Amino acid sequence: MQIKGKAFKFGDSISTDHIAPGRLFHLRTNLPELAKHVLEDADPEFAQKVRPGDFVVAGKNFGLGSSREHAPTIIKIAGVGAVLAQSFARIFYRNAINVGLPVLICDTTQIDQDDELEVDVGKGEVKNLTKGITIAAKPLPDVMIKILNDGGLLEHFRKHGGFALDAY
Amino acid sequence: MTKTIAEKILSEHSGTDAYAGDIIVADIDAALVQDGTGPLAVQQLQKLGMEKAAKPERTVLFIDHAAPSPRKELSNAHKILRDFAARTGAILSDVNEGVCHQRMVEDYMNPGEVLIGADSHTCTAGALGAFATGMGSTDVAIGIASGKTWLRVPETFKVYVTGEFKKGVYPKDFILHFIGMIGADGATYKALEFCGPAIDALAMSDRFTLANMAVEAGAKAGLFASDETTRAYLEERGRGDKWRPISADEDASYEQIFKVDVSELEPTVSCPHTVDNTKTVGEVAGTKIDQVLVGTCTNGRIEDLRIVAKMLEGRTRNPNTRLLVCPASRDVYLKAIEEGLIAKLIAAGAAIINPGCAACVGVHAGILGDGEACLATQNRNFQGRMGNPEGFIYLGSPAVAAATAIEGAIADPRKYL
Repeated sequence: MQIKGKAFKFGDSISTDHIAPGRLFHLRTNLPELAKHVLEDADPEFAQKVRPGDFVVAGKNFGLGSSREHAPTIIKIAGVGAVLAQSFARIFYRNAINVGLPVLICDTTQIDQDDELEVDVGKGEVKNLTKGITIAAKPLPDVMIKILNDGGLLEHFRKHGGFALDAY
Repeated sequence: MTKTIAEKILSEHSGTDAYAGDIIVADIDAALVQDGTGPLAVQQLQKLGMEKAAKPERTVLFIDHAAPSPRKELSNAHKILRDFAARTGAILSDVNEGVCHQRMVEDYMNPGEVLIGADSHTCTAGALGAFATGMGSTDVAIGIASGKTWLRVPETFKVYVTGEFKKGVYPKDFILHFIGMIGADGATYKALEFCGPAIDALAMSDRFTLANMAVEAGAKAGLFASDETTRAYLEERGRGDKWRPISADEDASYEQIFKVDVSELEPTVSCPHTVDNTKTVGEVAGTKIDQVLVGTCTNGRIEDLRIVAKMLEGRTRNPNTRLLVCPASRDVYLKAIEEGLIAKLIAAGAAIINPGCAACVGVHAGILGDGEACLATQNRNFQGRMGNPEGFIYLGSPAVAAATAIEGAIADPRKYL
């Protein structure tokens, strides 16, 4: 899976409250509307500026906090190609894969705002076209690659009629 | 080979000899969703054509985050859960019954069991010696319908706690201090196993507080041995027959061991906007506070309300500070009424909120104004958490909350004890 787009840079500790805040709790059953506010409390203009294939690039512990799956879901609905961070909170990471949003752990200090990136999720490779460098990402666990390749957990379950995590 | 608590429970539930790092498919004993995550879970099952509950009597749908509903969109979301319960036989815990995590330990969870919940603080039930972890709506939806989930068996950090708490210092201060020490991502993915003489001496109420906050260090679970204290709690709740001992093997393999002596701890406060931004109460005393919240799944139990009511007896809140008190469940609320605590709290100027999540999730019942600061007994203080990104949230023990309500600014509780 190859994705090309622009980097939107965020800092450390971006919580699910930054991504999908509690004050918009009532929009959780209207995800396209909630997606218009994605990451609003970290960057109020992000939802207007992001284009399909662009990347959210962050520091440490991205997605900490709540279990709300709405957070990775609206990042995906907004068209983001992948989230790159130095580390992720556990539940966000698992939710992202479940909803089919690629997440990669890599050294994001080598990426600046507006850098053009080309990401190969399968290979775990991030090319920073602006800087002319290639950054290696930590490979996803096999189980998660399998769920991601099936299109998320729902599709995985539908396709295999249950969990089929060691059949590949 | 010897095992940690997580390895023991997950071995039993997967029919394998499971160790840290193994991928297993586990049978789950119970599942929960709440009104923020449940509607999406139901919609996912509808998409999958699997709208059912494998164990309806252990599937609990909570209306607690926005209860009663403050707006029509949420009322309609609640209808999705009520309809699902009616169709599948799952249990509905409706408005006023309380916060999901408190209700799960009161009436549903037992030692040695596995719980998955679409709420990050599902780890609370780890205090009973159960493997309890938070996940997203789709994971829990599939768990509800199939009775199974996949898990990677986590490595465990042993947290060995010794010493005695000084007067005015509580287990809440310890857990805030500990998270400050290891960081909000210090235990990402790991299981925390709390043990040692200071843990053995803790009441269940305090164990729930600690387990509840395991996720604030990034942990997948916060586990305790099941002992005589656990047995007494289950007996009190009418489930004495569900008790079983569970503990780690003595020479189980831990990724890290932390040793903490609580004897020298001070009342501790987490400052905006991360839980690991901790200071002693002395360092932040005098910070003006507009609202105090006592309650939530972290510290809304009867033991917490007793501390606050006692400190406030014969005193009143500062006129410039609102005091909100929310019992964590209906049972807690009733007991607080029986003991006369609610009357004392109201006399001291408290507004009593019906059992539920109250202002903690920023949906209703105490949203902060621009620039306002709240001191809450809850578990997290992220920017925007209480409904306004222009608000500031401090976390502390019920005693710090009571002292703060009296002074209208963050205050050391020891002068009021």
